Order: sequence, then C-alpha cells, then structure tokens
Amino acid sequence: MRRLVLAAVFIAAILLVVILSRPAEQGNNPASSAPGFALQNVAHEIGIDFVHQRPTLDPRLDNIAPLIAAMGAGVAVVDVNNDGWPDLYFTNSRFGAPNALYLNHGDGTFVNVAQQAGVADVNRPGEGVSMGAVWGDFDNDGLEDLLIYKWGYLQLFKNLGNLHFADVTEAAGLRQWMNSNGAIWIDYDRDGLVDLYVTGYFRSDIDLWHVKTTQIMENSFEFAENGGKNRLFHNLGNGRFEDVTDQMGVGSTRWTLAAAAADFNGDGWPDLFLANDYGPEELYVNQDGKHFVLQRAGLESDSKSGMSASLGDVLNRGRLDVFVTNISERGYLFQGNNLRLNFLSELGRFEQGASGVLADAGWAWGAQLGDLDNDGRNELFITNGYVSGDRNRSYWYGFSKVAGANGNLFEDTKNWPAIGTASLSGYERSALLVRRGDSGWVDVAARVGVTDEYDGRAVALVDLFNRGVLDVVVANQNQPALVYKNTVVPGRHWITYHLVGSRSNRSAIGAEVTLYAGDTRQLQVVTGGVGFASENDRRLHYGLGATALIDSVVIRWPSGTRQVVEQPAADQLHTVREP
Amino acid sequence: MTEGPLKRLWSRLGTLDPRYLISFLITLILVLGEAFYGILGGYERLAITLGVCVATEVALSWLIRGHIASLQSAYVTGLSLSLLLKPQAGLIWPFTLGAFLAIASKYVLMLRGRHLWNPSNFAISLLLVLAPSRIALLSHQWGNHLATNVVIWTFGLLIASRVRVLHVTLTYVACYLVLAALRSALVGTPLLAELAPITGPMYQLFIFFMITDPRTTVHTKRGRIIVVAIVALVEAIIRVAGDNNVAALTPLYPAPPILALAIVGPIAMAIDLLRSGDLPKSSVTPGVGAEAS
Repeated sequence: MRRLVLAAVFIAAILLVVILSRPAEQGNNPASSAPGFALQNVAHEIGIDFVHQRPTLDPRLDNIAPLIAAMGAGVAVVDVNNDGWPDLYFTNSRFGAPNALYLNHGDGTFVNVAQQAGVADVNRPGEGVSMGAVWGDFDNDGLEDLLIYKWGYLQLFKNLGNLHFADVTEAAGLRQWMNSNGAIWIDYDRDGLVDLYVTGYFRSDIDLWHVKTTQIMENSFEFAENGGKNRLFHNLGNGRFEDVTDQMGVGSTRWTLAAAAADFNGDGWPDLFLANDYGPEELYVNQDGKHFVLQRAGLESDSKSGMSASLGDVLNRGRLDVFVTNISERGYLFQGNNLRLNFLSELGRFEQGASGVLADAGWAWGAQLGDLDNDGRNELFITNGYVSGDRNRSYWYGFSKVAGANGNLFEDTKNWPAIGTASLSGYERSALLVRRGDSGWVDVAARVGVTDEYDGRAVALVDLFNRGVLDVVVANQNQPALVYKNTVVPGRHWITYHLVGSRSNRSAIGAEVTLYAGDTRQLQVVTGGVGFASENDRRLHYGLGATALIDSVVIRWPSGTRQVVEQPAADQLHTVREP
Repeated sequence: MTEGPLKRLWSRLGTLDPRYLISFLITLILVLGEAFYGILGGYERLAITLGVCVATEVALSWLIRGHIASLQSAYVTGLSLSLLLKPQAGLIWPFTLGAFLAIASKYVLMLRGRHLWNPSNFAISLLLVLAPSRIALLSHQWGNHLATNVVIWTFGLLIASRVRVLHVTLTYVACYLVLAALRSALVGTPLLAELAPITGPMYQLFIFFMITDPRTTVHTKRGRIIVVAIVALVEAIIRVAGDNNVAALTPLYPAPPILALAIVGPIAMAIDLLRSGDLPKSSVTPGVGAEAS
C-alpha cells in the first residue's frame, strides 16, 4: 500500500514538472488590462529604408563568420541641425556600404543626407567598418559632433553646421585602431568638456580582414579578460584628446559590449557601468574625477554575457538602476537578463531584480527603458535574436560542444564547428515589457504591434514627431531598420526637458532631472550613449498619467548647480539653459 | 623497508567505504567551483536541494524499508543536482522536484529490489526532456580553466582507481575519444571540437558520479565495460543526429552523455537482473558508488 501511495506521489510530481514548465500566460491575453499604447512600423512610409549589411571578414574565419560578423547595426538620435526635430544616424558594416543620416523634415518624412554631409562613406578597406556611433558636442559650439566606433580606426567628425562635417580624427589624436562595439560621451572630470570612453571587444592588434592567427576569441565564456582594452580619452579643450586610460584605471579587457555612465552612488561624479561579454559586469566608481576604482558591488561572481547596459529609475525611487541583457535558450542556457537595482547608498551594492519574462527574453541585445505609455512608469523594450539562418538548422548543439570546454580550445576559431547556414537563436521577437505593480513584468510586444523577427541589435527611444510620446527605432543586423510609431491612449499627460549646459558641457551629458508629482518621483539622466550601439533622444521624456500637475522638477547639472523648477506646465517641451 | 606515508594513505583509502571518497570528491568540486566561479548561483539552491534529498531519503527509507538509510547517497545526489541544474532565474521548483524525484526514483523504479536509474541521472534527464523551457545544464562552465580540469581529473582518477572502478571511467573515456574521432571524420567537424566537450564540467560530473554508480550498473566487470561502451555509442549516435539536426531527437542534444546513460543504464540493469536473478548483496562490486544507497 505504501508503495502504491509513493508511486502515486511520484507520478504526481512528474505531472507537476510538466505543469510548471508550461509558458506563463503573457500580456497577449485579451483579458489582461490593455497596454495603453500601440506601435506601428512606419519606416518605409516616412522615408527610412535603411538596410544594414554585416561585415565580410578574413576567409580564415569563415567557419564561424556569421557569429563573428553579428554586430554593427547601430542607431543614434541627434538633432543635427538644431531645428528641434530629432534626426537618426544608422551605422553600416560592410566595406562600401554607407552609413545613413536621416534628416527629420518635421512633416513626418525623413531624407538621407549622409552623403552630402560627408558621414556616409566611412566603411572602407584599411579603415574598418562601423559598429556604432554617438553624438556629443565636444567643442561646446552648439553643434553635435559625431564619433563613429569601428572594428578599425575611430572616426571623429566635427559638425560645421549647415549639414557639413569635417573629419578631425587625426587632429584630435583619436586615430586609433580598436575593435570596438561601444562608446559613450562622459564628462568624468566635470570640467565642462565631454570626454570619450570607448570599449574594446576584440584585441586592438587584430585586423579582422587580415588575421595573423585564428586565436582571436575569448578564452573563457565566464571570466575572459583577453578582449580589447577599453580606453578613456580626456578632452583637452583645444580640439585634442589625451588617452588617460591607465592613469584613470579604466582599461578593462573584459570584452565590453556596452558602457553606461551615471552617478550611481550619489556623490556627484559620473561612474562607469560596463556590460561585458563572457564575464561579470563592472562598476568603476569615480573618485572626484581623479581616478576610478573598480568596486565590488554585487556584480563580481555573476558571470554572464552582458550585451547592453540601459539606465532607468525602474521603481520610481529616484535612483538609476541598470538593465543588462544576456542570453537564454531552452535546454542549453539560462543566463538571464539582469535588472541591477541600485542600492549602493544603503547596501553598497546592486540587487538582482530580474525574474520571469524580464530575465529570459531570448538572445537579448539592445534594450531601453522609457515611458512608452505615459503612465509615469518605465516600460522596457528588448531586442532579441542572434543569427537567423535556416529555420530548420540550429547551431546551439554545435555551440554547446565548445561552450563548456577548456578555454584554450575555443580561443581558436578553427576549433569551432562550422555554422554553415544554421540559425543560432534566430527569428526571436523583441520583447516589450510593462510593469504591472505587484504582478511584475508582462510582455505585451505582440499585443501592441511588435511582431517582427529580425535580429535586433540597437534600440533607441525618441519622440520622432514631437507629439509627446516616445517612438522606438530598432537597428537590425543585416536586415532593415524599423521605426515603431507610438500611439498612446488619450488622457495621458507628459512633459519633456531639453537641457543646454553653460558651465557644464553644452550637451548637458550627465545632468540629472528628478520630477516630483504627488507622491511619485521619476529620475532620468542625460546620456551620451546608452544601451547597445545606441543613443537615445537627449531630451528627457516623462509620462505623467492622468494628472497634469507637477509639483517640481529638480535639475542637477554636471557642474554641480542645482536648479528647481516649481510646477512646470505639462504637455510641452521645456528647454532649460543652465543658470 | 617501511611503507611511506603516501603508500599508507593509499592503502587506507582502499579500505574506506567508497562513498566517503566520492563524497569528498564532489565536495571538493563544489568548494572549488563556488570559491572561484560562483557555480551554485545561490546557497539557497544548495540548501533546498540537499534538504529535500535528505528528507526524502529519511522518509522513504523509513516508510518503505523500516529503517533510515545511509544519507551519503542523498548528499551526493543533492550536490550533483545543485551543480548541474541551472534553471531560469529565480526558479526553485526544479531543485525541489528534481531532488524529490531523484531520491524517490530509487524506491519506485525498481526491479527485483534494485533501482534502475542513477538518481541524479534520472532527475536531470527527466527535467531536461519534460521542462527544457525551464531547465538548462550549461549555464556555468566553471571558468573553462585548465587548472580546474586538472585538479578534478587528478582527484577523480585517483579515487576511481582506489575504489576499483577505473575500468569504467577509462573505458568510457577511450570510447568517447575513438568515437569522437570517427564522428569528426564522418561529419567533417574539427577533431578538437568533438573532443572539446569532455573537458567540460558536465562530463566531469558524469564520468565520476554517474556512470560509476555500482547500484545502477551490471554486476560483472566485463559487463560494465560493455555497458559503458554502449553508453558512449548511444551518445555518439545522439551527437551525429545533433550534427544533422534530426528534429525528433532535439530534447537529447543539450546533454547527450547524461541522456544516453538514462536510456542505456536501466535497460542494461534490467537485462542483468533478469539474467542473473537476485544477487546476494555481497556480490555487488564496491565502486566509486556515487549515489549508491
């Protein structure tokens, strides 16, 4: 009898495994509350027909070329001509394939002016190919300048006005070969001049079109430190930059894919948060602009495949949290995305806040936090998908052969199984997560109209049409870019801030703006690049929900100046100049 | 000439219950892995898995057999599951249910008084096949470092030798290497890509804790060699299918050796038990005894 009872319990436990393994009901359930917004891809209609082309590399890397050449689709938002309408810059990654600068006409149409502006033909043999770009006014002349990071030589373009640019890389002292997949502008010493932090992926002595050795890969999937060295360039103010990497202690070689800068610990100085592939994330804490210290902040032992670092006040606490994307694949790997909730002030560390759909979105790349439904809380857009090839052939099994092996084996590309035409986490839909209070995050992507299965890389949030809503721009690898136009249900209020620095850097990069309305608050920071290979609209957009009443807005400028704006009017853009 | 201290230690190890040695080895792996690589992903996982394993063992042995069994098997199973199971973020149920099913399988899936599956092999295989959207095995690679490999393989081989199951381990390794070379030639993949998996953590646990379990393998040395060779062969078949993207076998691709053992092991056990009838306990060869109860 006892054995029968035990057998029944045993079978019940197996059934429970089956039940618990079923996918959770997602936000596509019509019974769940409506998302409050809808997205529609309007790229073609508004004149954006950009198609990214992936790089072709040294034939010696052919067996895994699709895996290596899987980055380079980037997008950066800029108001390049100061007309009040945000423009878009897309990067391309094949020799001869041009980058694109889409000028916003303000009438709902865009036109590519990259060629005449001189920022199109930057992908050339001997020079390398673009991996992304960031805009920042490095000379404080009121015009946003362009830094293109590459697998190749960095390129800095000075904005001359009238949609003309001059390549000032050499004069700026920035003509350096780096295999970079990320860069941000940061005024780390708060001297009013934006400096430049460029991340290294492959070692900088590697020319991916003329490799001397096939031993170019990571030597660990968890703790690799054989990547390219990150570099910090100090803006000297005379049009030149000085490499201060070693002096400042920020030369990580952990295969950094994304960097984000913000004052995480509230001491007034911008810190550096790094999302590293094949290794743990890193927090470099700024020591009064004189040095950075790698801080143990609860990130050290959690080794994953960091792809993107996004910033946002996720819980409306007046703190900047960090969302870092990673990899999840059924049966093989559940690294899970990280939501690093900022408890540095209280606990000296970040706390993990990711679970469920927030943690496991797929092979995740770029992500951004922003209030897409104007309800006063952040939503999260996550792009997914690595290589979409043959739908019936998966490389995951081949990948698993080397993933657990000794590092010396997979450091050499020739020891990897050939991928051929197979997919690796291909055809994965982007996730769009909304936070439903105690119920946690719900993926409403399909329900709001995000149904594409492209291999998403960079994502940027921007109010493209100056309507008081955030639209979503996605750069896809080797595929067309998407522009998701957002429609928010009526009755939701908003406010947007455009900051112009004076004592601080003119782009106001590093400025923090906290909005107080009733018992809620929202903190945002002006960034010079955030996410993966992306830069958002520099104007800070806040949803307000049903209320149009704002108690106050507090601006903390990078210079240290604190400015309070009492009861600003809602539903409009406010341009604020630093006092 | 007097015996050296090492030789004396070696001799004494030979008289120890093999389960002590294997407990030492898996504890060593756990301590090294957690210290250097944070392989557990949280001590609560270890505590829960071990707790459920031990509680299940205590309860079922008392209920079914009338006495409380040795808890070393539960200890090794608990540690194995903690090390190998890497579910989605925040999920605890794979550890609780996995631990219960592993231990309970010893009391339910029996033939002639013997359980058929190695406990952790059963639980992991079941979870992988039934819940691939929640379970993975490869999320932690223990740094992919050679030094870790060397330490584990050295201690593993020494202990396997001392408890007289080295023939099982070496047969499997030899078969794996030969079949890997054949697969490489057949499929056209780099030889090192086919050899690479055996340098990974999954194989270390598989080789030293699963295939050597005397309670779930046949009773003759020759039989064990044949069985482990068949396990390697089935694994090779799964791998060739994986290389050719045979959709029907997709659930088996994340962990070919573990699932090959889950298929071959109980069949071999059943045949052996049916052919030889009930054997006296003394005829069960002492082995590394990973999870022998």
